[in-house]
Amino acid sequence: MIHKHRFSSSHTTETQSVLSPRQRLFNDGGSLAFHGHKLSEKGLAIVTWTSAIVTIAVLAYIIIFIFLKGVPYIKPSLFSYTYNSDNVSLMPALISTVMMTTLSLVIAVPLGVFAAVFLTEYAKRGNRAVALIRMTMETLSGIPSIVYGLFGMLFFVTFLGWGFSVLAGTFTLSIMILPLIMRSAEEAIIAVPDTYREGSFGLGAGRLRTVFRIVLPSAATGILAGVILAVGRIVGETAALIYTAGTVAQVPDSVYESARTLSVHMYALSSEGLHIGEGYATAVILLILVILINACSAWIARRVGTGFGRNA
Amino acid sequence: MQALKEKIMRAVFFLTALSSILAVALICYFLLSNGLPAIGEIGPQEFLLGEEWSPSDTPPSFGILPMILGSLYVTAGAIVIGVPIGVLSAVFLARVCPKKLYKVIKPGVDLLAGIPSVVYGFFGMAAIVPLAGNSMLSACILLGVMILPTVVAISESAIRAVPEHYYEGALALGAGHYRSVFRVLLPAAKSGVLAAVVLGVGRAIGETMAVIMVAGNQARMPVSLFKGVRTLTANIVIEMGYATGLHRDALIATGVVLFVFILIINISFSVLRGKAL
Repeated sequence: MIHKHRFSSSHTTETQSVLSPRQRLFNDGGSLAFHGHKLSEKGLAIVTWTSAIVTIAVLAYIIIFIFLKGVPYIKPSLFSYTYNSDNVSLMPALISTVMMTTLSLVIAVPLGVFAAVFLTEYAKRGNRAVALIRMTMETLSGIPSIVYGLFGMLFFVTFLGWGFSVLAGTFTLSIMILPLIMRSAEEAIIAVPDTYREGSFGLGAGRLRTVFRIVLPSAATGILAGVILAVGRIVGETAALIYTAGTVAQVPDSVYESARTLSVHMYALSSEGLHIGEGYATAVILLILVILINACSAWIARRVGTGFGRNA
Repeated sequence: MQALKEKIMRAVFFLTALSSILAVALICYFLLSNGLPAIGEIGPQEFLLGEEWSPSDTPPSFGILPMILGSLYVTAGAIVIGVPIGVLSAVFLARVCPKKLYKVIKPGVDLLAGIPSVVYGFFGMAAIVPLAGNSMLSACILLGVMILPTVVAISESAIRAVPEHYYEGALALGAGHYRSVFRVLLPAAKSGVLAAVVLGVGRAIGETMAVIMVAGNQARMPVSLFKGVRTLTANIVIEMGYATGLHRDALIATGVVLFVFILIINISFSVLRGKAL
């Protein structure tokens, strides 16, 4: 039995003292998850490199594949202001995407950042409410988008009577990105050195002034990184929007009208099955957006890293 | 005046912090109040263990066992494909990768996480379906790819969190680089890696759009890897558009079952992460 539990825990070696650490390290009995037999350096090197290559190859394949399929369908008519079944324009979807993203951020960013301020600057240690807030935040971040979609449909669309509308979609998205914003804001605020606050208090500023003049400006880049992640999540969202914002393919006149984002537009094209090529073209635009968003967030993450170092 | 302002803003901050509690409460209330009566009306046993889903028959039958099994099988398949590659890639990123290469691969993995699920779906439709058909296998492969970035990112940080002297100790005993990594670092990072797997399970079971586009979506008991399958998520999206009455409520109840699955997964994730190094 000792054999089997040889490496079950690296800390509690004293309970299994029959084998010396050296014996344990070199005794190839096969308890390794992915490998049954002899583990040579070379063999391990090969599987490790191969897996990494597979991961990157898959990414490259997806991107190249989508571009090859979509680029031939990109033409000016795809960007006309109104959609019809001839031009299959993605412009209205692009405008709706920008609109819903902006509105969701307008709702979720203040909420998330203020909540993070409460958790980090105001709440006392061991506060029961704080534990509950953290727990619900974790729960929210694990809920799949289709469940958000169902909730949005039941609450915003039906219960509040907003119908399939930009507004219902926006609120659903706001709840969905709230935990993301809250967590990144919290991390960014915690990373602000206490000496900043002490300096501010020392100069006679109150808590509120310290928060708005010192803490939040210093945490701005970190918060921005979270916001950009949230933008990425919204841009890629489909399941939460189909039954909240609906699938109307035109530019909405007001927030009470239905509209589709780029992702929903793609799904609609695929389920209609008539304009798959234009669907791939939309996928190309969406991919470019996502690549830009990722580049932004990487750039900001680097700036956060070079700011007041967390490890300093 | 200033003191009053401080007090008001303190209250504002507190109220915003309660928003997440309010959101969870509303989600639970609206899902349960719409879903549970339907489960009661259909009968919990017929609903959860019924093998037939035919909402338009007279009398209709609302058994979601095919979809529950569909979700579980597809998720298991995704784990079988995604976890080994993901964990090994994490090992690569954490302990093998040259610095220059890391600067290319890490953003690549992040990008993989950022690709929208519909785009994965379009890719699957044209790249996987022609080879494997609209089948459970296609869904497993596609989901396996989709959970990769989650598994890689969390396993990588778990492996990095193992104290350096574990590795040095192994080297000092004469083990080579890879042996030290695989027999000392990886076992020490076990609970973090397991947490990564659990989070991957959560992603896979909750994934909707990509699965719909490749899985075939037949609402019958899953029979083989090469036949179509319908998941819980797919059931909701496909039929919600035209469902009314009990049928609609049964779909919301499907959402409740999914929600319960996710809660269980979330709780195990928190427990595991609490134990991680």
